[in-house]
Amino acid sequence: MSIYLNKDSKVIVQGITGGEGSKHTRLMLKAGTNIVGGVNARKAGTTVAHQDKDGADVELPVFGSVSEAMAETGADVSVAFVPPKFAKAAAEEAIEAGIGLLVVITEGIPVQDAAEFYNLTLTKTDADGNPVTRIIGPNCPGIITPGEALAGITPASITDAGPIGLVSKSGTLTYQMMYELRDIGFSTSIGIGGDPVIGTTHIDALEAFENDPETTAIVMIGEIGGDAEERAAEYIKANVSKPVVGYVAGFTAPEGKTMGHAGAIVSGSSGTASAKKEALEAAGVKVGKTPSETANLLREVIG
Amino acid sequence: MDLYEYQARDLFEAHGVPVLPGIVAHTPEEAKAAAEKIGGGIVVVKAQVKVGGRGKAGGVKLAKSPDEAYEHAQAILGMDIKGHTVHRLLIAAGAEIAEEYYFSILLDRANRDYLAMCSKEGGVEIEQLAVESPEKLARVSIDPNDGIDAAKASEIAEQAGFDADEVPALAEVFQQLWTTFQKEDATLVEVNPLVKTGEGKIIALDGKVSTDDNADFRQPGHAELVDEQAEDPLEAKAKANDLNYVKLDGQVGIIGNGAGLVMSTLDVVAYAGEDHGGVKPANFLDIGGGASAEVMANGLDVILGDDQVESVFVNVFGGITSCDQVATGIVKALEILGDAATKPLVVRLDGNNVEEGRRILAEAAHPLVTNADTMDAGADKAAELANK
Repeated sequence: MSIYLNKDSKVIVQGITGGEGSKHTRLMLKAGTNIVGGVNARKAGTTVAHQDKDGADVELPVFGSVSEAMAETGADVSVAFVPPKFAKAAAEEAIEAGIGLLVVITEGIPVQDAAEFYNLTLTKTDADGNPVTRIIGPNCPGIITPGEALAGITPASITDAGPIGLVSKSGTLTYQMMYELRDIGFSTSIGIGGDPVIGTTHIDALEAFENDPETTAIVMIGEIGGDAEERAAEYIKANVSKPVVGYVAGFTAPEGKTMGHAGAIVSGSSGTASAKKEALEAAGVKVGKTPSETANLLREVIG
Repeated sequence: MDLYEYQARDLFEAHGVPVLPGIVAHTPEEAKAAAEKIGGGIVVVKAQVKVGGRGKAGGVKLAKSPDEAYEHAQAILGMDIKGHTVHRLLIAAGAEIAEEYYFSILLDRANRDYLAMCSKEGGVEIEQLAVESPEKLARVSIDPNDGIDAAKASEIAEQAGFDADEVPALAEVFQQLWTTFQKEDATLVEVNPLVKTGEGKIIALDGKVSTDDNADFRQPGHAELVDEQAEDPLEAKAKANDLNYVKLDGQVGIIGNGAGLVMSTLDVVAYAGEDHGGVKPANFLDIGGGASAEVMANGLDVILGDDQVESVFVNVFGGITSCDQVATGIVKALEILGDAATKPLVVRLDGNNVEEGRRILAEAAHPLVTNADTMDAGADKAAELANK
């Protein structure tokens, strides 16, 4: 098993004809993802040529809208490679169409746009009152269930399936950690993104990993800014029975400076790495000083 | 980007928020002329710094005449307020203040919406009020898709405890401040104090606005708000080259790919530095996924422009971009830089096609380059070299 994404997921790509969209469609197919088409209003009715993981030629249909793509293919996941200017419209289109999972890779989306499209998901609910659309990102590497499917840009060659669940704000730290633990493997690895407003949170992923029978241990990677890690720590203490190890980046970050990710900023005394580490440790999470030490801690807890 | 008070005032004015006449001055002469232009009566001379507590530091003074404005300007310009030098002043008309309130709208990261806060007790440290008398601070969540309409604005004023007859005038200003927040792609709009004058008028006396850099593409006016004088010259150079660079105070230059990995690299270098004379990371520099020779050369150029730097640690994880491409980029970057490359480089590559990447670096055998097998070993070596 896995969380959010598996071999049965039917994936479309918004921006499939663009440079990044095209390149990563190729890589996602190679990773085994069942990509059923793409969206570009100006190229509706055409197809794009790719190869599946066995090297066989595939012609992917390009649709005029997400709702059309869903109606024709039964797609339940969309990965958006759309420039910041157009990202909000693309996200809202996917949400209005009722896609189950929307992965927004784009970096540089205005935070008010992200706040608007995230809150739109709260108004489109199913019979149980839960939002129909789960958003991952923006400004994230997406999600990979090794051996089954990739919705995003995580290099699929790093590692294979295994019992570790990983949730991280950072792309390259995710890759680094997957690489350190490549001999053990991962159930699902999810990059939730480094923007101030994101869809899926650490807590969402922790809950899903706790409920996933294939996941036996969890790595949680955080960084400076906001208080998501502190809230995740409280959640872990109350709700997570599986072992969790943590890592937090940004101990040396100065106050008031944005460190690459739009959300990575220490404001006054809030959002510091030390506060996050302390909160996690108080919740019983072992926190590594470096990525490699964190990997070793995971080896210890997994036994 | 955090704005100066006078910039916030200008934005408020542009969106219909009532403000007092105010003019920016850079010299005592300009301050005097501004005071005259405002009408020759009482003005307030206010230091423009992006830090709180300027009143206590003596950076805000009342002047009864243009000549007095000149004198105060002379005293305040050049003053150091918590490490910020005063280069400009806001000369603002005086106001007869009857009451001081507080109002703000900010991005609420945890709730992924906005939060409006309002209090009848303004002019004080709001963080302190929130801790000591939370009941005096109204907190109202704002749905980003609905914003602050007349009903929501009234709700905020009522929740803050204003009387029914005071609500309409305040609600109108709250809506204008919402317009400012939305139209300027702000993440914070704060008015402290928001005052009621003796005549019963509501005026935004002092404001703070932070804008979202990601929205710059649709906010052409925001480029003019950047204070180039206050920018670090190396940061400005990096920005001109589209590099994500933050100058720090240290000896080990850092280049990496991905914001999280670079932040982590800084931390690991700082730990390693504890064993090597306390050397610290000199900067944050994320060169992103591509790591082409040109980007690598530009990055190294910026880092070596920092006189404090004694060694450089290049820490790259090859994901989509494989390590052989990164290694080729480093070798070519050193060719481009030639004699300009003067400090030792420790390179740690990991990930996709790492053996080939290390082979390329070994074969090039550049005298400045040392290969490291792991991030921890690389950080240790770079710290050691910086301490020589």
